[in-house]
Amino acid sequence: MRKGARVAAPLFPAAAALGASFGVLARTAHLDALAAIVMSATTFAGSSQVAAVSVLGAGGGVAAAVVAALLLNARYAPIGITVAHSFRGSPLKRLAQAQLVVDESWALSGGGTTRFDHRILLGIGAMLWFAWVGGTALGALAGQAIGDPSAFGLDGAFAALFAALLAAQLLDRRRIAAALGGAAIAAVLVPFTPPGIPIIAATAAVAAGWRRR
Amino acid sequence: MSAAWASVVAVGAGTVVLKAVGPVAVSGRKLPPRVADLLDVVAPAILAALVVTEALGRGRGLAPDARLAGVGAGLVAIALRAPIWLVVVVGAAATALARAVS
Repeated sequence: MRKGARVAAPLFPAAAALGASFGVLARTAHLDALAAIVMSATTFAGSSQVAAVSVLGAGGGVAAAVVAALLLNARYAPIGITVAHSFRGSPLKRLAQAQLVVDESWALSGGGTTRFDHRILLGIGAMLWFAWVGGTALGALAGQAIGDPSAFGLDGAFAALFAALLAAQLLDRRRIAAALGGAAIAAVLVPFTPPGIPIIAATAAVAAGWRRR
Repeated sequence: MSAAWASVVAVGAGTVVLKAVGPVAVSGRKLPPRVADLLDVVAPAILAALVVTEALGRGRGLAPDARLAGVGAGLVAIALRAPIWLVVVVGAAATALARAVS
């Protein structure tokens, strides 16, 4: 785990800063500091947390917020399967260790490749968890001190954050096509459906992922 | 339970299960390649939809306003390879600035 912590050291401030952003943004959806911290500790998946907060803040309701967040986290099922063979011990221990699988810990430990290292996965995951939860606590407490979130431009920060998360995903033509399709579906549906529905409907754009095999 | 706490509990519980599916239940097996292909592109589709609704949506309708300045400045920061937290700060500052001067 120590080697994992060393690999993750440069990521620590970044994860803490992003956690702080989430903590502040949670204020716009009326999450109090404790709710934001509990969410970071249990969900531990940035984009889905911001998505849930964003849908709630737009008045989309609990169901739409939860579905949108869990769709974003659906990738953890296949990601978990690629590293499943390395987990040992009781089901409860495996369940607990599996929570340390996030995009960064999976990628940096060589997930899905032959050089995959289970201890690095856990080391990076544990370190990022502390950075993420600690950053959230700082941001959430700062967020509570802020009166009107829109006065600080926090509503505009959401879109910028999602754009940054999206940019990291555009690895190939299929993903770019899916992004364009998702954006188009959302833009068309926003005037006609309650908040949250356009996000969920955008998953129809996964048709862009279809490949003849 | 408030809407906020209900969402926190449901998203947390659902994510714990999604992360544990592989390590607890299906160790050693693989997903059908067609399913894996589709799961690859779920995140880009949803994140792109979130960019649109956060930048333009307001309740039921498209309402372009100062947030566009935030996205624009954020995209410039992304193109300059700024870290994500800086993109967030730049986006908020540009939105607040555009709102103050308009």
